[in-house]
Amino acid sequence: MSNTLKVPTMAELLAQGKQPEVLFWVGCAGSFDDRAKKITKAFVKILNKANIEFAVLGAEESCSGDPAKRAGNEFLFQMQAMMNIQVLDGYEIKKIVTTCPHCFNTLKNEYPNLGGNYEVMHHTQFLKALLNEGRLKVEGGKFKGKRITYHDPCYLGRANNEYQAPRDLLKKLEVELIEMRRCKSQGLCCGAGGAQMFKDAEPGEKEINIERTEEAIETSPSIIATGCPFCNTMVTDGVKFKKKEGEVEVLDIAEMIINADEL
Amino acid sequence: MQYIPNILFLILLLVGSGFFVKNSKKIIRNIKLGYKGNDLDHKKERWTNVFRIALGQSKMVVRPIAGILHVVVYVGFVIINIEVLEIIIDGLFGTHRIFSGLGTLYNILIASFELLAFLVLVSVIIFWIRRNIKRIKRFLSPEMKGWPKNDANIILYFEMVLMSLFLIMNATDYQLQILGAEHYTKAGSFPISSFLLPLFENLSQSSLIILERSAWWLHITGIFIFLNYLYLSKHLHILLAFPNVYYGSVSPKGKFKNLESVTNEVKLMMDPTVDPFAAPAEGVSVPAKFGASDVLDLSRTQLLNAYTCTECGRCTSNCPASQTGKKLSPRKIMMDTRDRLEEIGKNIDTNGVFIPDNKQLLGDYITKEELWACTTCNACVESCPVSIDPLSIIMDMRQYLVMEQSAAPNELNIAMTNIENNGAPWPYNQMDRLNWKNE
Repeated sequence: MSNTLKVPTMAELLAQGKQPEVLFWVGCAGSFDDRAKKITKAFVKILNKANIEFAVLGAEESCSGDPAKRAGNEFLFQMQAMMNIQVLDGYEIKKIVTTCPHCFNTLKNEYPNLGGNYEVMHHTQFLKALLNEGRLKVEGGKFKGKRITYHDPCYLGRANNEYQAPRDLLKKLEVELIEMRRCKSQGLCCGAGGAQMFKDAEPGEKEINIERTEEAIETSPSIIATGCPFCNTMVTDGVKFKKKEGEVEVLDIAEMIINADEL
Repeated sequence: MQYIPNILFLILLLVGSGFFVKNSKKIIRNIKLGYKGNDLDHKKERWTNVFRIALGQSKMVVRPIAGILHVVVYVGFVIINIEVLEIIIDGLFGTHRIFSGLGTLYNILIASFELLAFLVLVSVIIFWIRRNIKRIKRFLSPEMKGWPKNDANIILYFEMVLMSLFLIMNATDYQLQILGAEHYTKAGSFPISSFLLPLFENLSQSSLIILERSAWWLHITGIFIFLNYLYLSKHLHILLAFPNVYYGSVSPKGKFKNLESVTNEVKLMMDPTVDPFAAPAEGVSVPAKFGASDVLDLSRTQLLNAYTCTECGRCTSNCPASQTGKKLSPRKIMMDTRDRLEEIGKNIDTNGVFIPDNKQLLGDYITKEELWACTTCNACVESCPVSIDPLSIIMDMRQYLVMEQSAAPNELNIAMTNIENNGAPWPYNQMDRLNWKNE
């Protein structure tokens, strides 16, 4: 299965004198986290299937700087950003797609101030564009009619006002989308943002991911869909905490699309 | 002798507005203690926001009950103020209902003022019930104990009394018009206060005049007192909401401020042609302090935010940290910022210039625990009906903690060291970034 993945790097394409249509920015979670790697691979499979000419930076990619910036370490953030911008500009990259809303937001909104100007898309936006252009087909398959709720990642939703693209893809999958009480601009955070992913929460009555997962479970979904590797981890942990892992799956929309016609 | 009321009124007008102007100048001075931000771009978008969010109250109605009641009070406040203009002219020149020459239009105006006054009265009573009997959770947070709670109720009592006086004034005036009293020319239409007429039917003309004059004087005096209560209170939002929305962010919420001072340093570090041993050039200023430890490190917009906050608590009730019992409350961040700024303002009033008082926003008002509980999810920013940004203050203070004090939580220091060393918040080798491809 895995050896069928075609994942060219920018360096390889450069050697062949080629320029890809889009750079896939994998991100730290997508590169190293076991759960998130599955999302990365699912997205690559879709790209391969749709014959999209893309490339990754591979070992030349580095942290976008998001956790440093949100933790207040502007120095470290800007160091990371400027190094990344040098690499990106070195390859004359114009368009970037990423499966991580944190990388998406940082590349799109924080890099222009430091001289990095790219067209940056979240993978749900990119996939929706492929659909609209007729370059990708999405059918319900095994998700048709299933009760699914969608958790809005803060850095895709509130931070960048993208609520529709992921929902349009779910609609294409012919699922029964049940919204949580707090959704879209009113959506509740999973608890990972602002570098919280890398530290324990402050003392309180409850963990944020439990609060969010409970709300998701109230909709009695068979799948909680999301579009962020960190939200995925937080909600997966929440589902385990509620001992619901037998009934509820937590999936990225890219995974749903690639899995729809398997079975 | 006959001009005594006019003179008294002139004194009331001058004292009432004089004090207001004097104290407003202090607030403006305090706001100007902040640094000038770059928020003068996108003029068209800013005006659109003022019309949509401030004038149009678009974000208030996200919570329909509170929102609609607030729209009633807001419209009432704005429109009934046309009547205040008439009252001022009548007061200065001893006229009776100077605008009555407008005829039918005048009747329509007075009738709508009455309807609005009644609706405002009802809404304000519901507001009071929500705060004191229904005890809605967001009004009961720890930061709302004491003065903030009393402040909210005092505002509601003010409005109840002012609206009642307005209706009593109209009812007695109407009764005097019916009796054909001298000076009380027939003018106006009184759909609400006419219901109060039975209360005054058996009173003599002179008692009625005393009642009418008392209500009239108390009403306008009350308005001037209320005007001078504003700057002591969270109620200042009725004025500051408009400039605050204008200066609010017009960028995507995910875009945080870029620290230019850091950019300059980083560029120097990355420039291979820079001589690392060179003495700093003449006239180059010392690098600015990074982040904020006190209100004087914040921008004017952030300080305006603090004065604009009316403590409605929508931010706090939507904040994931607050909702799960953490100490962070975005509303408290705004209240602390305002309280500290007021403290500095009073220091300047007393000493002429600010004399350091060994206190600061960080630590004395806002704790690290609050700052580190934030997930930067923007729920507070999204929920504010007047475009206040508590997150930007939290971020500025985190920057101070990390870049000036190296006081990040240890786990974050580890993550940041990893980013520095191997380009990821976890201790994985950058060379292994593509390993997933073959797994």
